[in-house]
Amino acid sequence: MKKYTIAILLISGVLAGGVSYFASSNPDGLNKVAIDLGFAEDETTHSNGDSALAGYETAGIENSALSRAIAGITGVFATGLVGSGLYFYVRKPKQDV
Amino acid sequence: MHIPDGFINVPVSGAAVLVSASAIALALKKSRGSMEQEVAPMAGLTAVFIFAVQMLNFPVAAGTSGHLLGGALAAILVGPWVALLAMTVVISLQAFIFADGGLSAIGLNIFNMGVITVLIGWFTFKFILKFLPKKNSSVVAASAIAAFISVPISALGFVVEYAIGGSGIIDLDKVLGAMLSVHVLIGLGEAAISALTIGAVLATRSDLVYGASRLLPKKDLKIKPVDLR
Repeated sequence: MKKYTIAILLISGVLAGGVSYFASSNPDGLNKVAIDLGFAEDETTHSNGDSALAGYETAGIENSALSRAIAGITGVFATGLVGSGLYFYVRKPKQDV
Repeated sequence: MHIPDGFINVPVSGAAVLVSASAIALALKKSRGSMEQEVAPMAGLTAVFIFAVQMLNFPVAAGTSGHLLGGALAAILVGPWVALLAMTVVISLQAFIFADGGLSAIGLNIFNMGVITVLIGWFTFKFILKFLPKKNSSVVAASAIAAFISVPISALGFVVEYAIGGSGIIDLDKVLGAMLSVHVLIGLGEAAISALTIGAVLATRSDLVYGASRLLPKKDLKIKPVDLR
């Protein structure tokens, strides 16, 4: 399982940190519908909108590929960290035989 | 599909927080200590993978993109209860760290992209699987259909929320038609990604796919001598 865990983490890192640079930057389904039908302006400012990684961009990094890579890799680490907590929570307790 | 702040009013957003929190509480209760040691890492890995793939917006129509939601995929990989926890982790981190999805809309987003996709995905998967032979390819096919259906139903969740708690000035028929038509297309992408992922895990470690557990060969119970000294 160790190898498998490392493989999935690596794949996720490459996807979030590398491949995601090539993702479509067009608005997603909901945002497009909101723009087309005219309720996009209902959106109010996000309370964390000026956080360092808002919008999957890293504040202060000019290079857009690097900016997104840092954001993506940080996200993988953060989900991994909380995810490992989830692992300890859901796993069966060790049984003494 | 992440709802930003301001689309849906406070009462409806608050009600969604209560509903989602109840679902999470139930999932916490049901999933505690529920996974075998060997497969338990999949709980966290599912969250990591879904976070990564959600960053990959794919084009669906002129000027529009979509991305994986992942609830159906998660449910088939780790079972519905753990899946809801994994989705909650992903959606919460997106809102707090990446400002993707409003903080006031977090209950709505967990409900639409977590509760709905996990439930619809899981029950559709189980239902389809009943009619198919016990083979890996059946699990992949059922995953594709379940993932596909989960997306427009999730979009329907938004339409209902918008009908109750939206600004009220937009024609609801138009919102319904536009949301469903674009999310049927996004559902095709969801189906492809989910089927590919489930297929890849089945091919390498089929014991890691919760939804395929009935396909595994039954192991006979063996009596082993134990040294009691």
